[in-house]
Amino acid sequence: MPDLKPDMQPSDTYSRAARIMHWAMALLLFSLIFAGLAMVQSLQSWHLPLITLHKSFGILALILAVIRLVIRLTHVPPALPDNLSAAQQRGARGAHVLLYAAMFAMPLSGLLMQGAAGRPVEFFGLFTIPALLPVQLETYAVLRELHGWGAWGLIALVLLHITAALHHGLIRRDTVLRSML
Amino acid sequence: MSLIRYAVVALVPATLAGLIYAVASGLGQSEVTAQRFVNLQEGASPHAGFRRAHAKGFCLAGDFESNGALASYTDAALFQQGQTPFVGRISIAGTNPTAPDMRSPVRSLALSFGTGDADSWRTAMNTPPVMAVATPEAFYAQLAALAPDPATGQRDPARIQAFFASHPETRAFLAWQKTYVPTQSFASERYHSINAFYLVNREGRRQAVRWAAVPAAPVANATPLDAENPQALQDEFMARLKQGPVVFDLVFSLAGTGDDENDPTVPWPETRPAISAGKLIIRATSAESAGNCKDINFDPLILPRGMAATLDPILRARSAAYAESYRRRARESL
Repeated sequence: MPDLKPDMQPSDTYSRAARIMHWAMALLLFSLIFAGLAMVQSLQSWHLPLITLHKSFGILALILAVIRLVIRLTHVPPALPDNLSAAQQRGARGAHVLLYAAMFAMPLSGLLMQGAAGRPVEFFGLFTIPALLPVQLETYAVLRELHGWGAWGLIALVLLHITAALHHGLIRRDTVLRSML
Repeated sequence: MSLIRYAVVALVPATLAGLIYAVASGLGQSEVTAQRFVNLQEGASPHAGFRRAHAKGFCLAGDFESNGALASYTDAALFQQGQTPFVGRISIAGTNPTAPDMRSPVRSLALSFGTGDADSWRTAMNTPPVMAVATPEAFYAQLAALAPDPATGQRDPARIQAFFASHPETRAFLAWQKTYVPTQSFASERYHSINAFYLVNREGRRQAVRWAAVPAAPVANATPLDAENPQALQDEFMARLKQGPVVFDLVFSLAGTGDDENDPTVPWPETRPAISAGKLIIRATSAESAGNCKDINFDPLILPRGMAATLDPILRARSAAYAESYRRRARESL
């Protein structure tokens, strides 16, 4: 065995930073999904504060997604178990790429569609992000549908992700679930 | 044992999926959602690509000349002394984009200042000074009572009467309706904010207000309009504008003690202080098309710094219903 420094050793777990980001993001995504699904239907007075929070937390999610991507690219993730078939490994990697894509596509489409509708987006009352696009109905339409259908794509990915993680932890009983705990 | 583990693997995501599905299908919502509201508004055969309310209208451009009289009540940039351009829309109530102008019971003037910065303001003003009802549920019931019977295509007077009898808050609206005489020009109507809002000044002090666009000078028609011409009001307005700008005063009414800013069904006493904030100068019109007011959702909750929404449930509901209408016509524009 070569004598590696502790932090250079291939680890069974994700870095602490990656784990914190993962669980923070999990909480954030669920709040955004539930708020989003509820607020587009509501005619009640809580509609306005909820939509304002959804926008602020959406911007936060975009910032965290950037930080997360940097962590992901600068830290070596734990290797997948050897007994996974090549197809399963490709599937796992593909699903993670899609999750990262969704973590960017959702806040970006949300932010841009507000711009195309000529609506400013406030970040927790601290500052206002001006409209990033000219006001245009067709652009709004594309981004709004992308945001709406993208949410269902994200929901499907998250459910698949949770099912796979539990399958690793409880049925296969390998290192995958533990690596993120 | 392994059975339990399989059950956990299946049940956790299934429960989450069920919960998400339930929220998406209206769990925790009042019976009246934005979707149901717009469904009722648009009826069985929606006019694709058009607004679900006030479908027929045209675009405006002009300037707001602020006299600065509201500067001590709000730090909104557009109410400091100076000039701010706006685009706008004059429309008639109804879902039919080709309806005859003179048939509509309600006319409106909507304005949009700025696009997407913190100073943006949208306002959608209508000829009635008050709402008939105070909640989205009652508004839904009102629309349902007024809707024509799908079998006969006729309104049911008994049903309408029953609605108003069971909603005493409609009194002020009905009183207005009785005395209101539609004018012979869009330029001679008064357009009201209906809902109240707060002006917020630099110290954070809030003042509840309503406002109205009021013709700056008496407007007379040389000849009465041809009521049979479906474009009668539009034609009149375009012809008038060729003679010079159409000007309204933007007059703010300040709530006093006892006025409930969250109830849009009750008019405030005439004795409340009225402040003219300046002149709305309409200089040009155009047909609705891409690149002008057609792209704009006149959401009354887009407010500049220095203004804030009241808790008026109708105001909150207007915003959500407009958003649903905007999404539908946007999708149809593709």
